[in-house]
Amino acid sequence: MKAAAAIVAASLLLAGCSGIEPWVKPYERDRLADPIMSFDRNPVSGSYIDHVHEAREGARGASGSSGGGCGCN
Amino acid sequence: MRKTMSTLLRSVAMSALLAAPVVAGNATGGAAAPAAEFSLKSRAGEAVSLSGLRGQVVLINFWATWCGPCRKEMPLLEQIQKKYAPLGFTMLGVNVEEDTRLMDTFLKDVPVSFPILLDPANGVSKLYNVSAMPSTVIVDRKGNVRFIHQGYKPGDESKYQDMIRQLIRERA
Amino acid sequence: MGSRLKALLLVAVPAAAWSGVLPEERLDTLYHYYDGGGIQIDGPSVLVRKSVGEKVSLSGSYYVDTISSASIDVVTTGASPNGYSEERTQYGAGIDYLRGDTTLSMGWSTSEENDYEAETLNFAISQDVFGGLTTISMGYGSGSDQVGKINAPEFAEEVDRNAYRLGITQVVTRNLILGLSYEAVADEGFLNNPYRQVRYVDPGDPANWLTQSEVYPETRASNAVALRAKYHLPYRAAVSGEYRYFTDDWGIDAHTIEAGYVHPFRTRWLFDFRYRYYTQTAADFYSDLFPYANAQNYLARDKELSTFQSHGPRVGVTYTFLDRQGERPLKSTVNLFADYYMFSYDDFRDLRTDADPGTEPLYEFNASVFQLFVSLWF
Repeated sequence: MKAAAAIVAASLLLAGCSGIEPWVKPYERDRLADPIMSFDRNPVSGSYIDHVHEAREGARGASGSSGGGCGCN
Repeated sequence: MRKTMSTLLRSVAMSALLAAPVVAGNATGGAAAPAAEFSLKSRAGEAVSLSGLRGQVVLINFWATWCGPCRKEMPLLEQIQKKYAPLGFTMLGVNVEEDTRLMDTFLKDVPVSFPILLDPANGVSKLYNVSAMPSTVIVDRKGNVRFIHQGYKPGDESKYQDMIRQLIRERA
Repeated sequence: MGSRLKALLLVAVPAAAWSGVLPEERLDTLYHYYDGGGIQIDGPSVLVRKSVGEKVSLSGSYYVDTISSASIDVVTTGASPNGYSEERTQYGAGIDYLRGDTTLSMGWSTSEENDYEAETLNFAISQDVFGGLTTISMGYGSGSDQVGKINAPEFAEEVDRNAYRLGITQVVTRNLILGLSYEAVADEGFLNNPYRQVRYVDPGDPANWLTQSEVYPETRASNAVALRAKYHLPYRAAVSGEYRYFTDDWGIDAHTIEAGYVHPFRTRWLFDFRYRYYTQTAADFYSDLFPYANAQNYLARDKELSTFQSHGPRVGVTYTFLDRQGERPLKSTVNLFADYYMFSYDDFRDLRTDADPGTEPLYEFNASVFQLFVSLWF
């Protein structure tokens, strides 16, 4: 009985989440799929520039690249 | 106030009923309902209407060049077209993009022999409640929707073929 | 329709048929070149990504820094003629696993130079929700460094790093996408440079200064939050903006602001323009000139921990020379990016001039950064 109630609650929650209809339809996502709309179009370049910044600045993090260590101390 | 409410309720119910035929069952053999009529311009410039194809089995595929699975699916759709066209079948590729240049470039490398229809204003996509890219709708000889499939994964084309074979055997 | 059937449908049709996609397969070969503040650094960077089946994506990377001369703070405080080091090599590998709307990622990287070794492990999970309009991601990174010192084989210290990341990207309209990310980093161990010195006024001669080794805290905890936006203009072009706020328990506060514009030209060309502004306040224990030896528990004269600003404009051009679609798609671009950085320091002085301690001109320098790379999508 408890399990059934839990399953009903979980599926209602799931249905609730999916109940939010995407307001941008899949066929309207052409502009978003354009490479010029990507936050990081060239990851090899993005991670290099993040490294250039981190090696010379005090700030680090939230830059997009998940970083690696280096002797930039 | 009461009269307005009941009129409102009745019109909501009516539009729900009208919209229902389009979303007729999410698997093979769902409740058959008439496919919504539309007419779109093809790449070749001529107007193609769904009612004009009554008597044939029609597969409507909603696609775009920016959608990876759509691009993978296209050559397989062309194979299906070649195989079943002589048996009273036609494929309609509905392109939903604003920029037709991307479509032209793609179709140069992946030529197809079935009509490519242009739906840049997305009117037909809305009419058919397209909720994934690509989407495939198969309509029987009587004009009823008998199969809806969302997305594309390798192997899905055999599901389309099974449905087409079944519907081809049915009489118009 | 029976109510039971209705309930079944509710459960059977969640998140309407939106499925995540694996990252694109590609090979990037890049040559990077940095020239500024008396240092030249160049080298290759290679990144390859390949899918295995429909669910797995593997990636590998190789990166080298070849350093030609030494930076100002090491040259003027004369600790080591080698500067930081001469060559640094970094390898990395990663795996992404896609299951429905969820992607699990794992990555490893190792960096080696003659006096420093670093090894990092990263984990991340990302989930598409609301029909793919929202993506939520969480990540954890763990790093372990070995700090050495040239000509001092008995010197061996360690650093442990932990990073926690949270991110959310949101499609707002068919033209606008936003991203919010947060990262907390905690370091522990030998966090300073074994060669670098701080300076203090010579007690015997106020017109002179003496040096002692820098002393850093053994821990550092930082928080950074960034907001990004990308907007597609009515014609084919995109503007972007980014703001990041950083703060740590060393007293550093930093703001980063970036604005960018991408302009396609004909079918094969892309032009990138960007402007980046960075400003930070100094660490609590930073000073360009201490009044006497051991003036504080912690002592730093690293210009990276000082108060400074940098302006960085960028111009980039991309040319697509191959774009074949169909059964075996192949696309290739050649790219040239040029960045120019102008650093100006508010409390770090240029000691290459002969002046009374504390009256030397404030340091400033410019750096040119070039990237030339070829990308291949297969």
